[in-house]
Amino acid sequence: MSLSSPPPVRRLPLTGADTAVLTSEETPSFVSAPRRRGESSSLALDRMQVEELSIAYGPKLAVDTVSLPIRQGEVLALIGPSGCGKTTLLRSLNRLTELTKTASAKGRITLDGEDIATLEPTALRRRVTMVFQQPNPFPMSVFDNVAYVLREQASRRPKRKFLRGAVRDALERAGLWDEVGDTLDHPALRLSGGQQQRLCIARALAADPEVLLLDEPCSALDPQSTKVIEDLIVQLREQVAVVIVTHNLQQAYRIADYVGFMYLGELVEYGSADRVFGNPREARTKEYISGGFG
Amino acid sequence: MSTAASQAPRGARGARAPRPSRRSARDSSSSWRLSDRLGLAFAWFLGLLFLTLTAGIVLYMMVQGLRYITPELMFTSPAAGFSESETGGFLDPLLGTIIVAAMALGIAFPIGLGVAVWLSEYARPAWLARVAESTVEMLAGSPSIVFALFGVLLFEQGGMGFLSRTNDGVVLGRSFFAASAMLSLIALPLIVANVREGLQAIPGHVREASYAVGKTKIATTRRVLLPAARPSVVTGAMLGLGRIIGDTAIIVLLLGATLRFAPAGDIPLLGALKGTGSTLTTFVYANAPTGEANQPTKAFAAGFVLLSMVLLLNFAVDVAVRRGRKWK
Repeated sequence: MSLSSPPPVRRLPLTGADTAVLTSEETPSFVSAPRRRGESSSLALDRMQVEELSIAYGPKLAVDTVSLPIRQGEVLALIGPSGCGKTTLLRSLNRLTELTKTASAKGRITLDGEDIATLEPTALRRRVTMVFQQPNPFPMSVFDNVAYVLREQASRRPKRKFLRGAVRDALERAGLWDEVGDTLDHPALRLSGGQQQRLCIARALAADPEVLLLDEPCSALDPQSTKVIEDLIVQLREQVAVVIVTHNLQQAYRIADYVGFMYLGELVEYGSADRVFGNPREARTKEYISGGFG
Repeated sequence: MSTAASQAPRGARGARAPRPSRRSARDSSSSWRLSDRLGLAFAWFLGLLFLTLTAGIVLYMMVQGLRYITPELMFTSPAAGFSESETGGFLDPLLGTIIVAAMALGIAFPIGLGVAVWLSEYARPAWLARVAESTVEMLAGSPSIVFALFGVLLFEQGGMGFLSRTNDGVVLGRSFFAASAMLSLIALPLIVANVREGLQAIPGHVREASYAVGKTKIATTRRVLLPAARPSVVTGAMLGLGRIIGDTAIIVLLLGATLRFAPAGDIPLLGALKGTGSTLTTFVYANAPTGEANQPTKAFAAGFVLLSMVLLLNFAVDVAVRRGRKWK
């Protein structure tokens, strides 16, 4: 037998009931699926307010006059097709967009009533921390990854023994302590992908932020790790305001209390997850969440 | 047939799928087109030729060196004499090599690191970064004899008298200081290029992860980026060191190539550094059959030591590179 013809690719069965839901007029199949979150907290607290924000890279507008609130006690998911500006919006919340030379911004973002443009960027970024798509622990031990955040800039102080409690606390909040508590000195890059990402969350929590930004935190992970992190996000919403960007609509449905659907830089629809998924107002939202485009 | 083969492994876990054997993959090169097979043969030929030549040179030098090297050679200073038994060993050149290597790397490493960090992480103002970039490239391409000549003119200036021997206001301009300063220039581009490459290989999101918890650029560079780029930093330093150890032109012109240390002044260490000396390369040069001393056995022995040092450095680079870990 020659190897010239590749073996056929086996596809998942895509017939009957499954395909029927993917037509544009129906409610997506996952809308009745179980959720990770319980009821939304009634004590939702406004943390950030985005007011008429526009961001452009050079002449290209990435975010077009977006306004929305970010509340503690709720998970806000930003969904939309690639290139719709959701990551840019997320990055602008802790002024990471400023690192891109061509970026320019208009509008206002406030954190607890203060305009973030008036805050010192490093101070702002300790209050609004971020977790990235790729797990990216620093090339140091598990302990030092968290301790790095707790220490002043490049300093090696305070010493280990004074930080042990805070490091443990951050790792516990990220649900990682039971797995790495005994091996804090091991290099963080030896952890599994899911553990690495939870370490990144622990790192982001160590600064004791008011807002936690997550940029597709599960897209590089397996389903098991994804589940662990989703549970974690839902738990965290009481302590910090959580904003998550995701390509995964099921994930948004499972964990989000509020959903913002973005398309070509515009915030097309914003509302509670139940309403946006169950009864979208805009035709574009309806099409997107039922798999019509994107 | 093809369907059966591809379905089999999925059906039952225990059932072994007929896997393509190793041989069939190798056989496939015989089914290549003629031009590909010729290309493969040519590449093999060149590869083997290169390997044979290099291995031949190294082995020959090693064998010759081992024949002539003795511990006394390494621990006695060169001396004037009429026979090989009277002319001593190469202690001074060996120490000289170590001294210039340490001093030149001591100058080149911090500067190279700084330039690389600036070019990779800041690169502002952009025009100046571009100029610096081409300057470094120009340094990399310049022959060391040019630096040596420039060094002679520079260090003979009256104001540079504190760095070398001075007689009645006439500055000799040759010393360990002068040689090391110029030797650092030939190591600099290797350090800059390697460190910069290492920094740029770090994914952008790793930097941003550090900025995103409120760290400054400088803190990020010190605690995250440079440790992550350590294999490249070590590689650059070692390659630079190899260039320094192997250079002859600058030593001849700027170190005076006096076989024994000739200190200037009475202060113990400073005097020696202000004075002239030699390194293993100039010792080999002087003792080669075409050199003034013409003692090939000693040249081989010194060459062996020099070669061993360079091979050791290369080995260190290999270890450093292999220990590096990467993000996805």
